[in-house]
Amino acid sequence: MWTIAGEGIHPTDRKSETSSIPISEIKPPAKVVIPLSQHIGAPCDPLVKIGDIVKKYQKVGEAKGVVSSPVHSSVSGKVVAIGRFPHPSGNQSNSIVIESDGKDEAIDSLKEHSDYSGLDPDVLKDIILGSGIVGMGGATFPTHVKLNPPKEKKITAVILNGAECEPFLTSDDRLMVEKSREVIEGLKIFMHIMGVREGYVGIENDKPGAIEAIKKSASGTNIKVISLAKKYPQGAEKQLIKSVTGKEVPSGGLPMDVGIVVQNVGTAAAVYNAVRYGIPLVDRIVTVTGNGINRRGNFRIPVGTLLEHVIAECGGLAGEPGKIIFGGPMMGIAQYSMLVPILKGTSGILVIPKGEVAFEDFRACIRCGRCVQACPIRLLPNMYSILCEAGKPKDAEEYHILDCIECGCCTYVCPSRRPIVQQIRYIKAEMRKAKSRVA
Amino acid sequence: MAEAAEQEEKKGRLEEPTPKLILTSSPHQLSQDSIERIMWTVVLALAPASLAGLYFFGWGALYVLIVSVCSTMAAEAIYQRLSGNSMTVTDGSAAVTGLLLGLTLPPGSPWWLCVVGGFFAIIICKQLYGGLGFNPFNPALMSRVFLLIAFPLQMTKWPVPRPFFSGMDASTGATPLGNLQVARLTGKGLGKAAELNIWDAFIGNIGGSIGEVSAIALLIGAACLLYKQYISWHIPVSMIGTVMIFSGIFWVIDPSKYANPVFHLFTGGLIIGAFFMATDMVTCPVTLKGQLLFGFGCGLITVIIRMWGGYPEGVSFAIVLMNIVSPMIDRYLRPVRYGSVKKVEGRR
Ligand code: SF4
Ligand code: SF4
Repeated sequence: MWTIAGEGIHPTDRKSETSSIPISEIKPPAKVVIPLSQHIGAPCDPLVKIGDIVKKYQKVGEAKGVVSSPVHSSVSGKVVAIGRFPHPSGNQSNSIVIESDGKDEAIDSLKEHSDYSGLDPDVLKDIILGSGIVGMGGATFPTHVKLNPPKEKKITAVILNGAECEPFLTSDDRLMVEKSREVIEGLKIFMHIMGVREGYVGIENDKPGAIEAIKKSASGTNIKVISLAKKYPQGAEKQLIKSVTGKEVPSGGLPMDVGIVVQNVGTAAAVYNAVRYGIPLVDRIVTVTGNGINRRGNFRIPVGTLLEHVIAECGGLAGEPGKIIFGGPMMGIAQYSMLVPILKGTSGILVIPKGEVAFEDFRACIRCGRCVQACPIRLLPNMYSILCEAGKPKDAEEYHILDCIECGCCTYVCPSRRPIVQQIRYIKAEMRKAKSRVA
Repeated sequence: MAEAAEQEEKKGRLEEPTPKLILTSSPHQLSQDSIERIMWTVVLALAPASLAGLYFFGWGALYVLIVSVCSTMAAEAIYQRLSGNSMTVTDGSAAVTGLLLGLTLPPGSPWWLCVVGGFFAIIICKQLYGGLGFNPFNPALMSRVFLLIAFPLQMTKWPVPRPFFSGMDASTGATPLGNLQVARLTGKGLGKAAELNIWDAFIGNIGGSIGEVSAIALLIGAACLLYKQYISWHIPVSMIGTVMIFSGIFWVIDPSKYANPVFHLFTGGLIIGAFFMATDMVTCPVTLKGQLLFGFGCGLITVIIRMWGGYPEGVSFAIVLMNIVSPMIDRYLRPVRYGSVKKVEGRR
């Protein structure tokens, strides 16, 4: 309950509903829809055409541009459509639809490296790029780009993000418990690439099993496992860096400005599999939970599997659904269709039944200051809300609105139910518009 | 047969269109706290002090509290009905105002004083500014200050405590702060005026307003609010600390002219003011740093009025005066935002 001002909040987390359920497989989907845009940056170009026969792990979309990452098929089968399909971001996206032949036949050119410790960092970076690995915590920033800071930025440490601070989600927790060795090997690869000797894994202390497992796998190395107090949004890069090293990333800057690279634990495991076995990123662990679903748990799900299939595999919906969210309840995105696919960055599916979605009119700000104390960036969220309502979005700039990480802490705590984050997004969009008009 | 029917049903279900999903922006989970919950918790937190007041002052306290609460709630309802605004009487804020007002009145105040105070608080000090959230001053306090100035006679008639069932007749006396002021103004030195039975003051067996006499009852309620994080320690600690330190300094210099800090702590409205009025969220600064400064200002003005002012008690005036500068404090005392210190280094 107790929170120190400026350090975030303690939302009700409900992780125990899935944290002890081991990762399991679901029945492979008969059809996958693989969006060519599963990362921040330019969408991929398709490498296949309708009618092509593809194998599992085959590259079907080539990265285009610097901040892009290729996509691979998660099944073997036939390409039946290429076109615009629903995308979890709320838009439609160019996607490749592949009908599975049910055989899961892999390509035979997977390149294994039983001893990867001697590989040149550039070779490793190429493998990571070629394997389509992006940040699996949800931000989906291409991993190889993060591992390629400009020369003048001296990197001194790599931090693995095992905080998993979003309520409900336990996929990273289960991964660390069950695949701790892969995670640590992945971190070693990161450290090797960056040429650093300092490695950290930051894990919130509500995951004792994960901490123990990771500690065990890290013994004998100079990797430090840091047990973090539980609070949201500790999994946000800047907050994690502060918790682990005490350093603050300068406003408007990036982690590399303080010599740090942050990667998600899931990303580390994916990198290990790519380097050791040549396996590209075609599936991930997803927490399926919420009172609106019949069977909760953590599942390894092929990228491109439709939400509809996952729901059916989890015993179907329990009653009428209200919201279905990709990601956690604090920052996740509400879905508009049952036909959206699981992406590389989909950490959770949260089904909230209709009765639990509350609608309330918001009221005047009572100046209680709760949002101010909750804001991890130590901003004045109440001002954004008031200025937005008063139709003066421009004045918000003076209050450093661009530093806001849209974590939602302010909105969570507001007793007047003010939609502060939405108002912040609106103001930011207005500011962008104004800027583009000037330019 | 049944199986076939089930199969049919399943097929039908699959063909159903996607259920209507609700699309709203994150966060999708909100805290349980609401204005109602906060306000009614404050009412509960004031219950011990109210009960202590009832115990020490009997019926004279009971009807003052009831009439005050009823008149603020009635004023709120009437105003909103007349102005066509949505009804928020049940949100608890009017009840808090009424209770706080009642607790700061002398026991046995005439009923019309409570009604005038209640209507003044809600209509002039709250609704005319736009309602909850827009009022620059704490309505209960502002109303008390108004009553003090407009009806000095009725506002300074203090019955001595007469615990329930004690069978004594009501008689009026002076409050410790009142005695102090008389001693001060007559220039005869404090003498007995600055003496205080600490135990009586702690439990509330002294003269004063209904709700300000029992320190222990107030502290129990305050602890509840602190635990629920509806208030933070910054304002009470800095306000009380400032009063103690300043009164302490003068007491050390000349104890024959100035009362000791403990006397200042337990008499008058310092405790109820520091925990329940200065912390009024609508009218105090939103940042913790600002709250420390705000509390300091409240403490300082309280001491100045008590030691040299024309009224025996300064807490109400101090808080209302600080309410004026609260927006300014918010404007200039902002939190140091994450990453702002090393900006230059980062831009290299
Ligand atoms: S959404 Fe922005 S303003 Fe609100 S708490 Fe998070 S960082 Fe602060
Ligand atoms: S939490 Fe809501 S009511 Fe409180 S200060 Fe912030 S915006 Fe205003």
